[in-house]
Amino acid sequence: MKNKKMELLQLLQQDCRIPLEKLSVMLGQPAETVAGMIDDMERSGVILRYTPVINWDRLGKERVEGMIEVRVTPQRDEGFDAIAKRIYRFDEVKSVYLMSGAYDLLLLVEAPTLKELALFVSSKLSVLDNVIGTATHFVLKCYKNEGIIFEDEPRDRRLAVNP
Amino acid sequence: MDYTRFLNASVSAVPKSGIRKFFDIVQTMPKAISLGVGEPDFVTPYHIRNAAIDSLLDGETQYTSNWGKLSLRNEIAYYVERRFGLKYSPENEILATIGASEGIDLALRAMLTPGDEVVVPEPSFVSYCPGVIFAGGVPVPIKTDADNNFMLTAEALLAALTDKTKALIMPYPNNPTGGVIDRESLEKLRDVIIGNDLIVISDEVYAELTYGPGAHVSIASLPGMRERTVYINGFSKAFAMTGWRIGYACAPAPLMENIVKIHQYAIMCAPNQAQVAAEEALKRGREDDYADITVMRESYNRRRRLMFDSFRKMGLSCFEPLGAFYVFPSIKKTGLTSETFCERLLKEKEVACVPGTAFGACGEGFIRCCYATALDKLTVALERIDDFIHNL
Repeated sequence: MKNKKMELLQLLQQDCRIPLEKLSVMLGQPAETVAGMIDDMERSGVILRYTPVINWDRLGKERVEGMIEVRVTPQRDEGFDAIAKRIYRFDEVKSVYLMSGAYDLLLLVEAPTLKELALFVSSKLSVLDNVIGTATHFVLKCYKNEGIIFEDEPRDRRLAVNP
Repeated sequence: MDYTRFLNASVSAVPKSGIRKFFDIVQTMPKAISLGVGEPDFVTPYHIRNAAIDSLLDGETQYTSNWGKLSLRNEIAYYVERRFGLKYSPENEILATIGASEGIDLALRAMLTPGDEVVVPEPSFVSYCPGVIFAGGVPVPIKTDADNNFMLTAEALLAALTDKTKALIMPYPNNPTGGVIDRESLEKLRDVIIGNDLIVISDEVYAELTYGPGAHVSIASLPGMRERTVYINGFSKAFAMTGWRIGYACAPAPLMENIVKIHQYAIMCAPNQAQVAAEEALKRGREDDYADITVMRESYNRRRRLMFDSFRKMGLSCFEPLGAFYVFPSIKKTGLTSETFCERLLKEKEVACVPGTAFGACGEGFIRCCYATALDKLTVALERIDDFIHNL
């Protein structure tokens, strides 16, 4: 059953809108069983949300994304958790990771304009206690996200009909 | 200039592959979704490609032994024993070939003398009958039935035998039907084969792609059959390595002597880099229990279930294919011939399938659909076929 769960997750990651009936056929399991597996994983927080992967460039809407390396002072008893919590509450912050290596936290941030993102760094992030330093990198172009290639669809190189 | 005089008449007499015509039409329709392919939709796993690149950079650009590299043959020997219980000596019973296709061709040429008959169960891969003719033999097609899951029966084999029958081609797991054959049927066939002193050329290139409860059984693994089987396999389907053109033939040494003779004069050796890649595929597999294959097989299996289920829901009669990556539904209820069905489906709905007749006359009334296609495309193609059938 554990394998079936992995298979189910793989399918949902490919396309979370595959109807239950089709999932059940592909996994060779009754629809109720598959529905139960999905329920379980939703309830236990394995599946958090079903969201689209968006290629914003195609929309032509101005939008700024960046990655910010943050160095912080860990706090007694709390380690990095308390400061991470402070940071992830900002709406601008999409993701927060605790990292090994030269810095501590990596943030994925987004804002409507460059100015607003800059403002976030200067007035919200770097002024926090325990934040020692930041390095902001702006995203120039997204080639691949969530396993999906953003360029034009790669060509199927196979001959269309063969024996 | 009239070239007729220069052309081998028996070659000229062999009709062109029925697949060609569809290929030509599909080429003009860039938006068509093709279920007509006969190869995996995976790219060869990275580590395998990388091994070939490394060997190129290392300057491994020479001929290899006629037999193929010994290190590769050692891996093949280990692999066929572990997976299928077959024992062959890497020294003189295993030959690396240019795809499984070369193995079939070599076996036929090494064994047939003019007039020998070769029994070919159909529907089956397009190359068998022409191969027999090119080798001077006479193909004797036997029809297999959907009602019997397209398995060859001992009775049908017996009925096809004459005093000229020398060999039988065993095409399981089967392209185009997706049919597999079980041990019990193989045992019955064995009695006929041994009783009539036949030799078998067993094309098991889809051996790793089976989805039933039991693993694939090789006819060569049955008692008494190793000595009368030329076992053919390759890397194309199991490891998504079609373009590398690398396979192998295994047979008892006395048969292999002739087989290798043709190979060494005609081919010299399989391409060096393809051999390196194949060796890497097997070496890694030895360590990780063939994880490359497992991942691909599971992905095919999900799509197989979907496709089989969809055809049934469309009201087409379709036996459950337990091998390869094809579904072979009957389209008889539409009243169309296989060829008309496929031509109209392609022109009206932009979905390409292959008419069953491309794989033998008894394929009439069936179409071959390959499910080694991205799930989203497969889903659209199935909707279109459904639409096509219900608006005929």
